[in-house]
Amino acid sequence: MHFWIQGFVLTEFATISPKRMAMRRFLSHKAAVGSCVLLAIMVGAVILAPISARYGVNESVRKPPNTFLPPQKLAWFGTDDIGRDLYSRLIYGIRVSLIIGLFTAVISTVIGCVVGAVAGFRGGRFDDVVMRVTDLFLAFPFLVALLVIRNTLGSIGWLTAIIGDKSSVRFIVFLLSFFGWMGVARIVRGQVLALKEREFIEAARAVGATRRYIVRRHLLPNSIGPIMVALSFAVVGAITAESTLAFFGYGPQAGDGATSLGILVGAAKGAVQTGYWWIAVFPCFALVLISLAINFIGDALRDATDPRLDRGE
Amino acid sequence: MRRLAWAVPTLLLVTFLVYIALRLGTDPLQSYLRTNPRASKEKIEQYKSVNGLSSNYVLGYFHWLKNFVTFNWPRSIKGSREVWPELKDAMANTIRLGTFATVVGVSIGLFVGMFAALKPGSRRDVAVNTGAFLGVSIPPYITAVLFQLVFAVYWSRWFGKTLFPTSGVYPPGHTGFNLVLMLKHMALPMMVVAIQVIATYSRYMRSSLLDVMNSDFMRTARSKGISERQVLLKHGVRNALIPVVTIAALDIGSIIGGLIISENIFAYPGMGLYFLDSFTNGDFPLLMPWMVLVVASTLMFNLVADVSYAFLDPRIRLD
Repeated sequence: MHFWIQGFVLTEFATISPKRMAMRRFLSHKAAVGSCVLLAIMVGAVILAPISARYGVNESVRKPPNTFLPPQKLAWFGTDDIGRDLYSRLIYGIRVSLIIGLFTAVISTVIGCVVGAVAGFRGGRFDDVVMRVTDLFLAFPFLVALLVIRNTLGSIGWLTAIIGDKSSVRFIVFLLSFFGWMGVARIVRGQVLALKEREFIEAARAVGATRRYIVRRHLLPNSIGPIMVALSFAVVGAITAESTLAFFGYGPQAGDGATSLGILVGAAKGAVQTGYWWIAVFPCFALVLISLAINFIGDALRDATDPRLDRGE
Repeated sequence: MRRLAWAVPTLLLVTFLVYIALRLGTDPLQSYLRTNPRASKEKIEQYKSVNGLSSNYVLGYFHWLKNFVTFNWPRSIKGSREVWPELKDAMANTIRLGTFATVVGVSIGLFVGMFAALKPGSRRDVAVNTGAFLGVSIPPYITAVLFQLVFAVYWSRWFGKTLFPTSGVYPPGHTGFNLVLMLKHMALPMMVVAIQVIATYSRYMRSSLLDVMNSDFMRTARSKGISERQVLLKHGVRNALIPVVTIAALDIGSIIGGLIISENIFAYPGMGLYFLDSFTNGDFPLLMPWMVLVVASTLMFNLVADVSYAFLDPRIRLD
């Protein structure tokens, strides 16, 4: 009897829900937890921008001469070419970049899920075409496609009426979503292809569930892990893509000198030759920090939600 | 073979799309008028006709295609230069830089990945993983800007002389061929691209080799009594390279992307700088051949990926 109870207790332990198991595994990934904390701090600072920033986005730190001041008490990260505080601008810049990253990631993940699920589940001609197009886009130099399509979309009159001008944040979100869904679609399609032959899908079909129901209730919830991973990488992708665009002068010009990480990093290009290191170092560092943090989280999510992956510990 | 046959229509279709996109996006006529504000009526008409800029896009495309195939390329908007010599030079510079970066990057990357996979979980594995993670996470232009800061500005301040020049292929005014100078000028843009390549490939190689190491045939090979070195080289690395080679061919897009960025920052006159310059000017006659070239090479490498995969792995058949 005693042994039996012990055995019972043991099985009780072994049957924690997959969700909690994933959570536990995620929490054991120290770098990811650290990244979460870091991102939370950043998001906090960004939301509280009027308090956490020391100056307005376009405010100069004091009367001239105030240009290119090195980091000091007055301006922690130094000032730029017209005397604006880099620290405050960085906070406002991160705000725009995070908005772009999050919105783009969510939109492209939703589109990617729909397209990937339909392509994987239905197969046939639609699947072929979608996958060919994705292959081509993924193989083609991203930057070239981005620039060309940016200009093309921006010159279609009725479209810019909806998605805003070429240099608006809204347009950038739309443009990056246009590219972002393909990676997600591929992942979801792979998942759906793997899952759709499984017994429980067969069972669902046998009791007369519609395709739509199966996709919504079984296929997508079961691929939530990879989707989350794709989502987190999409955020990084969007932030980096935005800053690449801005770096070459094709990014958002978010009105009235409001700024983005990309614009700040782009400013570094000109300042570097003259030796104003702070203008290059701080924005670059912030961008790298964000992309590292989100990448870590994505990696940890992948490890946590993929039970087959054994890390060899 | 069927795939090869498909490549041509795909190329035509994609160039057609590019043609439309460029005509809508850069508006060749507008940019012509912008750079040549005093062009006479005949000049404008001539420009329109040689570039096939009729209002009908399909007809215009075929007109352009005819000129392109017969090598009757229109001259550039700005300064009316011949396109081909310029494209050729840019291509030569980029291929040199790109091959150099890829060879260096891939060989170091593969080696490092192997090095890490031999002792999974060890300190060196962790070090390689972290390094690769950093390399993947840092966008190339940030590396480039930081390199520029260090090498162009601070190196000479600290050590009194410049180590690597940060722009061009040769110092201004230089003529003729000089290997050392050329390599020195290539060093920094090459490193920017190579860092990315190293990071990507060490990750691929590590995971691929780890997969192979855990497979049954490796155990069989060991149990036959072959030396560990032989097992690793003959069975392990060879099989691990199969997926890596495929990815290598597909990766050409990201390498070109990295090249564009690093060429732009280091003012290296290659395809990337060529593209960005002509794109900013809306220089349609310069852009189209570039596009065709890039699309064609992308398709070609895609094809190479498929074929090499089937060639290396006999289990896979092309239909």
